[in-house]
Amino acid sequence: MEAGIQQRPGLVLSPRCPVAQPRGPLGGVMGRAGLPGKLAGTARSARRCQKLFQALLPPWLPGAAAGRTLRLGQHRGAGGASQGRAMLTFMASDSEEEVCDERTSLMSAESPPPRCCQEARQGLEDRESAAQWFQNTRARHRRAHHGGVPWPSPSGFPQRSQDSEEDLDEDADRYMCSGVPGQPSGLEEELTLKYGAKHVIMLFVPVTLCMVVVVATIKSVRFYTEKNGQLPYGAGREQSLQPAISLSIYTPFTEDTPSVGQRLLNSVLNTLIMISVIVAMTIFLVVLYKYRCYKFIHGWLIMSSLMLLFLFTYIYLGEVLKTYNVAMDYPTLFLTVWNFGAVGMVCIHWKGPLVLQQAYLIMISALMALVFIKYLPEWSAWVILGAISVYDLVAVLCPKGPLRMLVETAQERNEPIFPALIYSSAMVWTVGMAKLDPSSQGALQLPYDPEMEDSYDSFGEPSYPEVFEPPLPGYPGDELEEEEERGVKLGLGDFIFYSVLVGKAAATGSGDWNTTLACFVAILIGLCLTLLLLAVFKKALPALPISITFGLIFYFSTDNLVRPFMDTLASHQLYI
Amino acid sequence: MTAAVFFGCAFIAFGPALALYIFTIATEPLRVIFLIIGAFFWLVSLLFSSLFWFMARTITDNKDGPIQKYLLILGVLVSVLIQEMFRFVYYKLLKKASEGLKTINPDETAPSMRLLAYVSGLGFGIMSGVFAFVNTLSDSLGPGTVGIHGDSPQFFLNSAFMTLVIILLHVFWGIIFFDGCEKKKWSSLLVVLLTHLLVSALTFISPHYGINLVSTYLIMVLMGIWAFFVAGGSCRSLKLCLLCQDKDFLLFNQRSR
Repeated sequence: MEAGIQQRPGLVLSPRCPVAQPRGPLGGVMGRAGLPGKLAGTARSARRCQKLFQALLPPWLPGAAAGRTLRLGQHRGAGGASQGRAMLTFMASDSEEEVCDERTSLMSAESPPPRCCQEARQGLEDRESAAQWFQNTRARHRRAHHGGVPWPSPSGFPQRSQDSEEDLDEDADRYMCSGVPGQPSGLEEELTLKYGAKHVIMLFVPVTLCMVVVVATIKSVRFYTEKNGQLPYGAGREQSLQPAISLSIYTPFTEDTPSVGQRLLNSVLNTLIMISVIVAMTIFLVVLYKYRCYKFIHGWLIMSSLMLLFLFTYIYLGEVLKTYNVAMDYPTLFLTVWNFGAVGMVCIHWKGPLVLQQAYLIMISALMALVFIKYLPEWSAWVILGAISVYDLVAVLCPKGPLRMLVETAQERNEPIFPALIYSSAMVWTVGMAKLDPSSQGALQLPYDPEMEDSYDSFGEPSYPEVFEPPLPGYPGDELEEEEERGVKLGLGDFIFYSVLVGKAAATGSGDWNTTLACFVAILIGLCLTLLLLAVFKKALPALPISITFGLIFYFSTDNLVRPFMDTLASHQLYI
Repeated sequence: MTAAVFFGCAFIAFGPALALYIFTIATEPLRVIFLIIGAFFWLVSLLFSSLFWFMARTITDNKDGPIQKYLLILGVLVSVLIQEMFRFVYYKLLKKASEGLKTINPDETAPSMRLLAYVSGLGFGIMSGVFAFVNTLSDSLGPGTVGIHGDSPQFFLNSAFMTLVIILLHVFWGIIFFDGCEKKKWSSLLVVLLTHLLVSALTFISPHYGINLVSTYLIMVLMGIWAFFVAGGSCRSLKLCLLCQDKDFLLFNQRSR
């Protein structure tokens, strides 16, 4: 099929995407509400950022450049994958998948609701292992345009598929893909840096939005801070109790114990159970993938997104209406939920406007985070957050980690992994030589475009058109098909766990906003640092640990140290 | 109380900072990142100050009485010191980052130190203002009567204006501070530290809002003028700007549009 056209918004397609690749039905088995993702950077951007980083760091830090070269070499050996892991992965495979068959876009597997215990656990496992892959590909077109050096490395796209498989495997949700920059050196650096900062912001915005939704809900709708779904009305009781029952299977040890030690012990035991379930699920998933039970995973992903989009939305809507005392009759409710859910399924699993897809993914992550906040016991939630960060670190960096094995399997098979839920903010311009049509700016246009245009202009590239090609089936992949892909993809698991942390900070505590804000800033800084590390080390890195660690440190210290101080200052009206 | 007071005080306190953010920072991703890192540094400084105060309180075994008040005053002063120290640390970090950025992109217009001074000041200010005021704001949304026990009924207004002046002061302090560090004029740093201490100390006389606020605003105006000249402004450029005759500025705006 199409060789590299952006099939759907948010997907980064590789023009060289091998059409003949078997289409893995499970794009992202791991794509559940992603857990930690891998960070990948482009070759050059990584180099730049690496230089920057090394300027800041003491010299004994391992040379990222060497590592990167090594990675490039490896990839070359591994069948032409040039740009190192930073390449694509997720998106590529996704795109390839799309290339092969648009309808197989089962990618956005939803993070399973607690009801689907199995699914949830599996999804969690998948997510966890992944790291973020930072995707940033430059147009080869640049080079052609400047008559510069032909793209030395084989097109990143085939490798992308490999990488993407790898990445997809590892971490459907949490990754940011980076493409291969293919520009003449002069432009690259600056563009790289600009892209680097821009991508960070492209991640900040959705993460912030998700957190805002979760915090706003927590602060206004009492339901999500009540324990065990005690509803005054009978209607929703069953529904709200079901997730409680499901989740309580994973956290059987109660926290209503008189002594602190006992409570701590119970929460640690709960965490052990939860984490072992997650590990088991991940291994189960690896096994499923190894034995090619694609349909099973496919079906599971569809089921969980159905559950999330319909059932949890219904519960959420019900609670919000109750809070604001707004009456809604059942036909209207049915119509609303049906439309919301159906459009969501289409957008996430098939095609839709990029902004709408992003909005749905954010909403789904927020819903999932709210479920976690409600149904995980207090202390267990904190211990689980910490344990999941550790698990993420282990699963991604250890050679025998399940996610890593999954990725390697996918790589061996040269299959695109089914991309599950991944938030993508890709801006893709496909500029074919024959299609210089600046006027065809369609729905893919994103607000940053004028800036991009400016940046390009400033480099004396007046004729570089910003072309937003609408998805064109059958568009042949020309040799000169230059594709500018600038997309950042982050797994939904990251969204979910960040929001769980901030939401819990908002839920507990005595209505203190300082704690919430401190956790928010800490998570953003962790995300920044993770991206920086990604650019330096140029290999898959877990995205959860740094942010969650910062978040936890700041939560406990703000709650116990800063809050009394600020309260005392405020009561005396002193300002520091 | 309730919505009117909430929105009014929120916009008094955070309006100018929001405007500054929207018009100068939100358009550039790099600036947003530096702003958030600045906010983070302020947060860390607050953490250390709280730790100090907490330890001091634990040492004195939480006895009530005047010792708590003295401890609080000491805590405030130490907090100011720690904040300025972290401002210095942030300056050092930005310096290294700038150099790194320059080596990477010699052509690229990396943000200048003055711009970073402004951004860092704004980051500090926003975080400081938010932490000081947001709990009070959320209380103002609910029902209640202010000053029913004899306190001043202008509690919210005073807090809002005080927060505003603190935010602006942080911006100006940031500019002056970084400029002093750049030019190795340690007197500037000292003045910044002393005025910060002065502003905090003025709040000790808190029930007397008049003196407190007026003098703080006076200090803010003075700092603003100093920061303006330090950042490269001059009377001439101000005149040109106000009379819309500043050709460079107009051309720049045209181009970026």
